[in-house]
Amino acid sequence: MEYENFLGYFVSGLTRGSIYALIALGYTMVYGIIQLINFAHGEIYMIGAFVALIVSGVLTIYGFSGVSILVLAGLIAIIYAAAYGYTLERIAYRPLRSAPRLSPLISAIGMSLFLQNYVLLAQTPDFLRFPQLIPEIALLQPYAHVVGSAELVILITSALSMIALTLLIKYAKIGKAMRATQQDMIMARLVGIDVDRVISVTFIIGSILAAIGGILVGSYIGQINFYIGFMAGVKAFTAAVLGGIGNIPGAVLGGLVLGLAESLAAGYISSAYEDVFAFGVLVLILILRPSGLLGKAIKPKV
Amino acid sequence: MLSYLKSSLVATVWFVFLSFPFMVVKVNTLKNSVEWRWLNLLWVAIGAFFLSALWRWAMERRHRGGASGESAHADTPKLTLGERILNDRKIYRPLLAVLTAVILLFPFVFDSYQVSIMLLALIFVVLGLGLNITVGLAGLLDLGYVAFFAVGAYSYGLLSFYYDVGFWTALPIGGLVGALFGILLGFPILRLRGDYLAIVTLGFGLIAKIVLENWEEVTNGAKGIANIGRPGLFGLQMDIATTTIYTYYLMIVLVLFTIFVTNRIKDSRIGRAWMALREDEIACVAMGVDMARTKLSAYAFGAFWAGLVGVIFAARNTYINPNSFTFMESAIVLSIVVLGGMGSIVGVIIAALVLILLPEYLRAFADYRMLIFGAVMVLMMIFRPQGLISNVRKTYGPRRSAPEVNRD
Repeated sequence: MEYENFLGYFVSGLTRGSIYALIALGYTMVYGIIQLINFAHGEIYMIGAFVALIVSGVLTIYGFSGVSILVLAGLIAIIYAAAYGYTLERIAYRPLRSAPRLSPLISAIGMSLFLQNYVLLAQTPDFLRFPQLIPEIALLQPYAHVVGSAELVILITSALSMIALTLLIKYAKIGKAMRATQQDMIMARLVGIDVDRVISVTFIIGSILAAIGGILVGSYIGQINFYIGFMAGVKAFTAAVLGGIGNIPGAVLGGLVLGLAESLAAGYISSAYEDVFAFGVLVLILILRPSGLLGKAIKPKV
Repeated sequence: MLSYLKSSLVATVWFVFLSFPFMVVKVNTLKNSVEWRWLNLLWVAIGAFFLSALWRWAMERRHRGGASGESAHADTPKLTLGERILNDRKIYRPLLAVLTAVILLFPFVFDSYQVSIMLLALIFVVLGLGLNITVGLAGLLDLGYVAFFAVGAYSYGLLSFYYDVGFWTALPIGGLVGALFGILLGFPILRLRGDYLAIVTLGFGLIAKIVLENWEEVTNGAKGIANIGRPGLFGLQMDIATTTIYTYYLMIVLVLFTIFVTNRIKDSRIGRAWMALREDEIACVAMGVDMARTKLSAYAFGAFWAGLVGVIFAARNTYINPNSFTFMESAIVLSIVVLGGMGSIVGVIIAALVLILLPEYLRAFADYRMLIFGAVMVLMMIFRPQGLISNVRKTYGPRRSAPEVNRD
């Protein structure tokens, strides 16, 4: 029993962690390129989940069946999240490219408030029941108390997304351009990289990953509201910092470590203080090792 | 003109696309019904069309402004609002007289409900001035400022609940405990850069609320603390309306005190050290400014005011619970500082009054409050980062016709 409890916490921690990792990737990629904490990233995740809910709601009413709903809702949610991410960057961040550091951050906080309240006013302040998009897998029935089918799907989907991202960044042309921009934006511009386009693509990729996270979480937890992006965003940012911000494998590692720590702490210590653990981890990391687990320390330029 | 039209049309189509699922469709997942609100689409289209034209016009103006060079004369006309008010005695004196009269007569003209709302606005004035020290002067973005407010309120709440301590004893204690927390939380994060700092302070703010909610044995959890005493006056018996008026005048004295102190501090050695630290940390440290002491003092000063008005907030409401201290309050105070102009005292006061009183009196506006605050924060950063009334930095030496205006 003791062992199975532990296994349950472990799997739920991994699940949670891989969602954090998916969102953290968006933070870390944006930070790597323009050194901005995209405070509104959590809102993109919320928007992804909301669009999936709306589309699947409409499709259910018009009599579509299981898998086609999952595919269509997922696809449309991803498209919308990408569009919102792109627009967000164009409106709130691009005009501030050369402004002092605090300006884009405050602009990001403003955007986050705006998007939250936009969904609140246009839709509803209440929690909405999220349809169970992920089908039950019959094979897993006997082990349901340890690993549910939703958890398995989340783990596999996030692993696949991360592999795809790694391949993209390593081999695709745009990935190379992203790495070049990250290393030196001015030099990248000199060798003919359209930096504005690279930044837009970075936001779009980050938003797609966040939307995938949003859809998965929605069908895992079963309900969403306009406010889910805030907490998820802060925690994913914690994960990104934990792994070393700007570092892509670091974001994944940070997400998993944070998810496991939270799940185990909630299971064995107290679930009321669950969120305190996450922030405690963040504060400790920043004090003891500000560069994160995998990051390199950067000496300030004088 | 034609290019304006074309880009506006493109923007219209784009925003109609973006807002379609949110503005038009409304599904009810419980009843399995869907509501189509097509009319909203029209509003979005009209709004997007004109706003995008306005946006483009404003952006072009902004670019022209940037291109015309940094010479102070080129943009004096649009920067002088703060200067004019502060320097021209012909405007300044009567304005001050009218303002004083309005403030002093307010409780006699309006009922105690209005006075109570005004009291809340004044509380936010002090909060704005306090955060202005940390964010505006020292450049340390604090997203968990509400934690110090909560510390002050709960100091009074708990002291009065357990030890029956009165308002006047609790007032300085609240401020000092706030400052103490400022230093305590400031210590571990001294080394952090601007944006990390923002997230950690955000975390502190959230932790404070979670602890208040869950530490049932001491703070009574989500139920909060009730029956907190209103401010007393030498044991005089007063009814509620009189006490509200009394608290109101008390608050005005406190606001004046805050303005006086922050104004003096701004031009003092430590105030200049804060601004220098904000401009360039490395250069500032190289000039011999003690970084740790300067940052901690900025935190402590900012937190002190929050703690102080926290006590008044508890006394005004006679009841506190953790829900009064959410991230939203921090965001409101931050937008007050951003809107008013970072570092500018007059601007912060006006912004606080506008942002708190407007939603109270325009009920229709109240629902859209946070939406507009968010948009305002973005727009201010893009078009007017120095705030509505920019900070006028005091200059010494021979008197000049136009003082330098701090533009950053």
